[in-house]
Amino acid sequence: MPVMTYLDALRQGIWEEMERDSSVFLLGEDIGAYGGAFKVTAGMLEKFGSERVIDTPVSESAIVGAAVGAALMGLRPVAEMQFMDFIACGFDQVVNMAAKIHYRWGPAVPMVIRGPAGAGVHGGPFHSQSNEMWFVHTPGLKVVMPATAYDAKGLIKAAIRDDNPVIFFEHKFLYRRVKDEVPADDYVVPLGQAAVRRAGRDIAVITYGAMVWTALEAAQELEKEGLSLEVVDLRTLLPYDEQTVLASVRKCNKVILLHEDTRTGGMASELAALIAEQSFEDLDGPIVRVTAPDTPVPYSPPLEEYFLPNAQRVAEAARRLAAY
Amino acid sequence: MATRTSKARAPDATTLERMLYYLKLTREAEWRIDQVLYRQGKIVGGVYVGRGQEAIAVGSTIQLTPDDVVVPTHRDFSAFLIRGFSLREMFANWLGRADGPTRGRDGSLHFGDMRRGVVAIISHLGSWCPVACGVAMALKRRGQGNVALVFFGDGTSSEGDVHEAMNWAAVMKLPVVFMCNNNAFAYSTPAEKQFAVKSLAVRGPAYGMPGVSVDGNDVLAVYEAARQGIARARAGGGPSLIECKTFRMAGHSAHDAAEYVPEKLLRQWARKDPIVRLEKLLRARRILTRERIREMDQAIRKEIDEAVALAEASPLPEAASTPQGVHCGADCWWRKTSVVRSQQSVAGDHGPRATDNGR
Repeated sequence: MPVMTYLDALRQGIWEEMERDSSVFLLGEDIGAYGGAFKVTAGMLEKFGSERVIDTPVSESAIVGAAVGAALMGLRPVAEMQFMDFIACGFDQVVNMAAKIHYRWGPAVPMVIRGPAGAGVHGGPFHSQSNEMWFVHTPGLKVVMPATAYDAKGLIKAAIRDDNPVIFFEHKFLYRRVKDEVPADDYVVPLGQAAVRRAGRDIAVITYGAMVWTALEAAQELEKEGLSLEVVDLRTLLPYDEQTVLASVRKCNKVILLHEDTRTGGMASELAALIAEQSFEDLDGPIVRVTAPDTPVPYSPPLEEYFLPNAQRVAEAARRLAAY
Repeated sequence: MATRTSKARAPDATTLERMLYYLKLTREAEWRIDQVLYRQGKIVGGVYVGRGQEAIAVGSTIQLTPDDVVVPTHRDFSAFLIRGFSLREMFANWLGRADGPTRGRDGSLHFGDMRRGVVAIISHLGSWCPVACGVAMALKRRGQGNVALVFFGDGTSSEGDVHEAMNWAAVMKLPVVFMCNNNAFAYSTPAEKQFAVKSLAVRGPAYGMPGVSVDGNDVLAVYEAARQGIARARAGGGPSLIECKTFRMAGHSAHDAAEYVPEKLLRQWARKDPIVRLEKLLRARRILTRERIREMDQAIRKEIDEAVALAEASPLPEAASTPQGVHCGADCWWRKTSVVRSQQSVAGDHGPRATDNGR
């Protein structure tokens, strides 16, 4: 089976969907001739032509709005935000136009907005954000964030086939750092399903995105100390897989909620509420969150290092919780 | 400066009569909405009408074919009627009924139907303009000469999305006709506080498309300008901007007494009423008699009475329906109206549908 990077897996997934269904098309800045800022769409203009791989003006709001209009007409647009931070420029189109059309007057809005998110590459405040919660808090959308190369391909295919507006957060730190065996053929990873990346007994770590790898790193370290971590990768944040989360909590009785997003109002706060509501009796210790602090993502390396949760911090939190 | 793409072609007698009918139907229906039903407390929330501006949507929308698409605002009541929405459906939406086009989920004219080529706006002004561009991209790809007609007001023209859309449409040479309803006021804000140019038509050439300004209360002037824009779009000549100068004869909303509007202006513009002008013209040309017009007025009143009665008699939505239909999926609540299937027919044969696949 071919081994490929997260980025190549994304490209292959998009490519396959473009081949499979002529209603799928791409639009975004620099995606055609240039192949995309991160080369995700490299080769696609040559293969599929300029009617289906469209270089747009610098107009994120129009990119999203045009995708909505095309989707209403039965096409399946995949719109790129060069950095997901710039989705803010099209915020109204996402949360008021795309998200609410189906609920209000019925047509499907089958579209994907995809792009690189996340920190760890010295991107500074506007090229490093984790903005998923703006959209998790918007009924009508779906929000997806793959952590592995296998999932990157399977989830982008599922997202493209979904009849709803899907906000697809790729993690730029993982683009070339994560490799996996990725089947060359057609497969999808269903939206709304979490994956247990590592089975464990003592503490469940619920996380997603680049932090999945951080959690696994911490788990490996702690194994030597006889502390067994279970790592759950949410994969989809909206709708998220409550059952898998609660099953892990029931199994381990202690939980760490981990994300690279800032603390207040992050996914961990949503999960903490769910777990306290539904699994109170299963808990043998307080719910613990390991997150970034409530600041913009800073630029200078020592500041960004402070900002990002790392394996050490996760391990420390795990040891404290284990001792409770 | 308009580029004449073809010789002026005036509407025939049938079209003229149809336009008068829609102008009058709109005027009477909107009167029933903001002066009767709203005051009776039967319509709740914000109520907006396009009194005095009816010629703009009528003169343009009437020229569309079934496969064209329109994006009408709350000032463009007639566009919905012309595209095949019944009066009953429109009143049902205002009254928040379960069998209205939004099943009570949105009010006013925030509804649409892709089978009838109508895209719904949202309250965030101008946001629908890039959506119209996306529709036009699909129409262009389909390659059958169809166009997207999109409306927005003088106030809305200050929103960024309108500028992004016009630039986008011109760069991509999309078949969009941008209709600007310049009714001189955006809520309480007069034009001189909204923009620094005398006519919004200059924005057309600024983005790379023709821009014209017409008397928005002369349905024939609107008709001709729209005809040219539509013909240009159909022929692959790209977008156009048509500023229709008119006046807002009611408040911004039914709540708004609009005391800030000078009485003198209202009187001046009342003398330019689009319905009176078209009636005069049709009678002068012997296309319609006074008697025939009277019959039309009576028929319209009856139509409205019946539609209101039907709408009022229909049930409000079940409270328990509130959480349904947030997502479109295999057991999609909205699929019962075959909306997704209709999208497939509009898009043509594009390959496997997501609805055909397991996930």
